[in-house]
Formats: sequence, C-alpha cells, structure tokens
Amino acid sequence: MKKLKTDPKGVLTGSHYLDGDYALAEGALAAGCRFFAGYPITPSTETAERFSERIPYVGGVFIQMEDELASIAALIGAVWGGQKVMTVTSGPGFSLMMENLGLACMQETPLVIANVQRGGPSTGLPTMTGQQDMMQAKYGSHGDYEIIALSPDSPQECFDLAIEAFNLSETYRVPTLIMTDECVGHMHEKVVIPEADKIEVVERKWYTGPKGEYLPYKLDDDGIPFLTKVGQGHRFHTTGLTRDERGYPDLNAERQKIVVTHLIEKIRGNADKIIKLEEDQIENADVVVVSYGITSRVAVRAVQQAREAGLKVGTMRLITVWPFPEKRIKELAPHVKAFVVPELNYGQIVREVERSAWGKTKVVSVPHCAGWVHDPADILQAIKEAAK
Amino acid sequence: MKEEDRLEEKNPIEGLLRMDRIPHIWCPGCGIGTVVTSFADALKKTDLDLDKVAVVSGIGCTGRVAGYIKLDSFHTTHGRAIPYATGLKLASPGTKVVVFSGDGDLTGIGGNHFIHAARRNMDLVVICVNNFNYAMTGGQVASTTPKTANASTAPYGNFEGAFSLPYLADAAGATYVARWTALHLRRVSKSIEEALNRKGFSFIEVITPCVTLYARRNRLGSGLNLLKYYYDKSEIRHGADTRDLEITFQGKLTVGKFIERERETFLDAMNSHLSHVLGDDYQLYGRCFDD
Ligand SMILES: Cc1ncc(C[n+]2csc(CCOP(=O)(O)OP(=O)(O)O)c2C)c(N)n1
Ligand code: SF4
Ligand SMILES: [Mg+2]
Repeated sequence: MKKLKTDPKGVLTGSHYLDGDYALAEGALAAGCRFFAGYPITPSTETAERFSERIPYVGGVFIQMEDELASIAALIGAVWGGQKVMTVTSGPGFSLMMENLGLACMQETPLVIANVQRGGPSTGLPTMTGQQDMMQAKYGSHGDYEIIALSPDSPQECFDLAIEAFNLSETYRVPTLIMTDECVGHMHEKVVIPEADKIEVVERKWYTGPKGEYLPYKLDDDGIPFLTKVGQGHRFHTTGLTRDERGYPDLNAERQKIVVTHLIEKIRGNADKIIKLEEDQIENADVVVVSYGITSRVAVRAVQQAREAGLKVGTMRLITVWPFPEKRIKELAPHVKAFVVPELNYGQIVREVERSAWGKTKVVSVPHCAGWVHDPADILQAIKEAAK
Repeated sequence: MKEEDRLEEKNPIEGLLRMDRIPHIWCPGCGIGTVVTSFADALKKTDLDLDKVAVVSGIGCTGRVAGYIKLDSFHTTHGRAIPYATGLKLASPGTKVVVFSGDGDLTGIGGNHFIHAARRNMDLVVICVNNFNYAMTGGQVASTTPKTANASTAPYGNFEGAFSLPYLADAAGATYVARWTALHLRRVSKSIEEALNRKGFSFIEVITPCVTLYARRNRLGSGLNLLKYYYDKSEIRHGADTRDLEITFQGKLTVGKFIERERETFLDAMNSHLSHVLGDDYQLYGRCFDD
C-alpha cells in the first residue's frame, strides 16, 4: 500500500473522492486521533482498514481487538494513556460496547464511536442500511447518563463531524457517537479536506496543577473536570463506582445525586451550545419535516414535490441528535400544523419530537423497517396528509 | 518449605497504600491483602520509577486492589481489566502496567482477553488471585473451581472441569508464568519483581484463601487451616511441564516458575515489522519513552 501524500500533521489536505467510512477515518486523523482499537463488522470495517493503512505513517497505534468489549475498554484505557481515541462498529458490536460506554461516561473519558448502522435486530441485514440504533445510542447502557450523538448525511459530513465529535468529546469529557448508516458509509462523494492549520481542533483540557494534587472529578469553573494521563506522579484513582472528587468510591445516595446530576447536566445544561441543526424555509411553514442522516437526503425529493404542489414545507435536519433539540421543537410546535418524521426505523426519534411538541401540534411518523431508504412518495404522502 | 516462605507479620508498605481508604473491605483472614503486601514489597525492590507504574483491576473482591494501591490506579468493569490495560499500555508505552484481579474476572468473563493478550505478548504484568470462586457475589462456581468443590451455584458440588491457569497462559503464549500460594509471600514478591523487571506478558497466579465463602462452604476451616493445606500440599517444581499442573479438590498444589522465555512484545513487533516493511516512512511509535 502506497503512502498517501499528507501534510506534516498527517492531514490529507485536498479534494478527494471518498466513501463515508474512509472520511470518518480521515476526520479522526485530522482531529489528532492516534489510537484506534476495533473489531471488523460490516458496514463499518472500511474505517478500521483505513486506519490500519494510515496510522503507521503518522505515529500511532491501530489494534484489532478480540471483540468489541475489548475495543471500547482499550479506548478508555488509552484515554488515560493520553491519546485521542476512536472505534467504529455496527449494531451487534454496538450492543457489545454498551456496558463500557457507561464506564466511559462514569470515568468521563472523551472518546468517539462511530456506528455505521445496518438493519437489525440481531444480525439482521449486515449489508443494508438502517437507523434503528438511535435510542440505543442514548439509552443502551444501564443507569442515567448523557452522551452526544451526531448524524452525518454525506461523506463530507462524516469528515467534518468526526472532527466535531472529537472536539465535543474533549470539551465535555463525554463519549461522542457518530450515528451514521450503511448508505452514507458506503457512498462515494467528493470530500474536501482543508489545510491542517485551518482545522479547528480542541485540545484536551490538561491538568497543570501541582504534582500529587490532581482530583479527577473536581469541577472547573465551566463544570468540566481537568484530565491527566498516567505517569505524571499524581497517583490518582478512577473507578466505575459512584465516586467523590478524588475518584474514590463513595457509595451513598447523596454522592450518587451529585455524580448523576453532573453527568447529565454537563450535557443538558450546554445543549444550546452543542446542538447543530440545519433548517430550511421554516418560517411560515405549515409542515416541518424533521429528519437526520441519509433520510434527510431522501426527504429532499419529497419536500421539493410538496413545494411544487404549493404546500408550505420546511425542513429541519438534526446534525446533533443527542442531546435532542427539544427547545427548538417546542418553540415551533404552536406555529405549525404538523411535524413529519421519516426515519429508517419503526419510529424512534419521532417520540422525542412528540414529547417536545407537547401536544401543541400533530406529529406524524413515517416509519421504515430498514434495509433500504424510504420511497420519497411515502414521505410526500405523509406531508400531504399532515398539511390538511 | 523454607523458613523464608512463612507468613510475615509486619506491614512495611504504608507509603504504597491509600491510607485514606483504610480500613479495606476484605474479610479478616482473607488472603488478598497478603498478595497486596507481596506486590508492594516487589514494587519497593524494583528500580522502577513508581510514578510510571499503573495498576488496573476488574471487578470482584480482588478487583478492589486498584482502589487501595497508591499508584495511578484504575478500577474498571468485570472482565475488562486486560483490554483496558492494553489501551493504557499502548497509549503510554513508558508506563509499566500491572493487572491485578480475580480468577473469575481474568479467566471467566475475561478469558478471551486473557488468551489474546498472552498471544500478542502484550507487555503487562498480570497478577491473578485465584480463590477458586466468585467471591464478591457470594461464592459462585468459577472457571477455576476444582471438580466436586461446593459453590453457591454448584450446591451439589461442581461437575465441570476447571482451567489450569498456568497451562492456559503457557498455551496462549505468555512469556513468564508462575504459580504460588498466598503463603509463599517472598516467592510471590520475587516473581512479581521479576515480572516488573522484564518485558512481555507475565502471568502470576496466586492461590489465595477465601475464608468467608469458599472455605466455609467447603468446610475447610479457618484461614489458618487453608494456609496449612497450602503448606502441606504445595510442592515447588520450577520449570514443571504446564500440562501437569491441574488442581484437584484439596489435592496437590504444584507451584513454581514454569515459563520464562523471550519473545517480541506487541509494540516491539509492531515497530520492527512496520519499520522493515515501510522503511523510513514508518513513524516509530513509543520508542522515545521505551528505551
Ligand atoms: C458484567 C458483570 N457481570 C456480573 C457482575 C457481578 N460480579 C461482580 S464480581 C463477580 C465475580 C468476581 O469473581 P473473581 O473475579 O474471582 O473475584 P473475587 O471476588 O473472587 O476476588 C461478579 C460475577 C458484574 N459486576 N459485571
Ligand atoms: S469474600 Fe472471600 S475473597 Fe472476598 S474479602 Fe472475604 S474472604 Fe476475601
Ligand atoms: Mg475469585
């Protein structure tokens, strides 16, 4: 395999024809990720392959672990070893990662997991698309916690959001998920990669205080604790148990309240800063189509046809799916006749829209059992019904 | 057994314990503390910079060790100490990473990681407290419970075969394999010290009394009775064939250092192979810390 021409920072600056999976790897490398641990699974494997090809030239580690339980555990360890880290997977592997996703939340280790979704449940449709893990992303691990999840709709956005995911995970010390799908993962499109110094990369918020006085869970003014890595002489401790500022187990309801509130509020409290939406013709819209990932591209056709038929249709694309933009939905609800929510599942994110709309307007689900994308005609039909 | 193998009473390791977390949770007479003492003793004897030594534990009574050792220490999830430690080691090659956990954690739920880390010759020191059962959850049958021994989920006696851990480690590719009992304080300490001072996947099994569960359920008496059993039934046979190390209920305990061999670690193999194949284009990884 030939060495690719990159700039000295390993960024593949230039204009390329890449699939979404490759673009994820390039985005991660551009964000400074130098540790990848993963286990092959269709349709995400190409990202791992790309890493294994690229890492030797940029100074880092690629390791194919024995399973996804090991992959995510290795990531968390590698964070404490000082690296920016990533893995990719799909449904079955995502399920295996769930316990340690919780550990990453509890230990507040920034890491990025891309789930290139396929049809489920179980082995389901390994080579065909789906968006059925959207709730699992948020609720799949036990206990109460928050994560951030982004949903790219193109290879370019796989690149851009991979960087964004690293930046968010560093900023909030939280696992960040890229919930893409087989279509976007395997779609080849033009991806423009900027020069390294034009890419905004958030560096880790390192602890710089006196040796031995590091407290892994003492909140800084912004509510986010500092990170350190092994070998600095702090002799710190961290655990998956409910813990105090020192990282020592502190097993009681009072501490539990402090910890859980913190884990949730550091995300909910910053939701306005985190959430990115793309809206079009929302003002005066009667119907707003809310979608994400590949489905938002399919919806474009239906929306065009609806507009041609004289309907006032707006669109909202969720670039950030979690935390869910409930405020914006709530704001719009009294002014629209309906939200129409197509997604490649039996109706998942539509429940969030429903909850956020608070009974102030109609919410119409356009479900799909996955395997392929919607027929735009089905979305058009739903828009027409909703507009009545 | 030599005099030096008998239990010592003094506890000279305060500086290496998180005294602000003592008293610990272990039962009186539990053998885990003894293994911790041997570990701390080994740490004191090595020339390693202890700021650069980390401990990773899984979940269980033994899993609590990470919480008491005053080094960079990580209490992880059940079964995942080894892959967690793998990530830690690979991300920070200058760190000496010790995995300290229970038999169930390392070779039951985490067994797959155990064999793969050995196969890769991951540069880890793995200390396994084998108390023949899942103690933390109340004494259930484990992958190490000898046949016929009683456990809370084998109330009529265990009829499954048990892993012989040194044999498993050897077969999977570990480059240092030893077994001792908690009675062999100095020898445990010596083995850990040797492991700390070498590179590669080093495995030390320590047969350890669980007085509250395994011993009581099997009517084996107090911790002292168990130590007497270790004393009477253990035989030191360095270099013994690892195929001959099976443990039967209250049977003979063959102990010793069985394996010590050289093989490239994961990181050394990665660096040497990729340098060879890719030449100067390859970015050597981790060497600056390592040498
Ligand atoms: C995924 C998961 N399953 C089960 C448990 C419950 N559990 C906690 S410790 C343990 C067994 C520990 O046994 P071992 O590793 O031998 O440690 P010991 O307590 O004997 O020292 C189990 C089953 C858990 N914490 N996580
Ligand atoms: S239950 Fe057994 S292993 Fe656990 S602390 Fe008590 S004696 Fe030790
Ligand atoms: Mg045990």
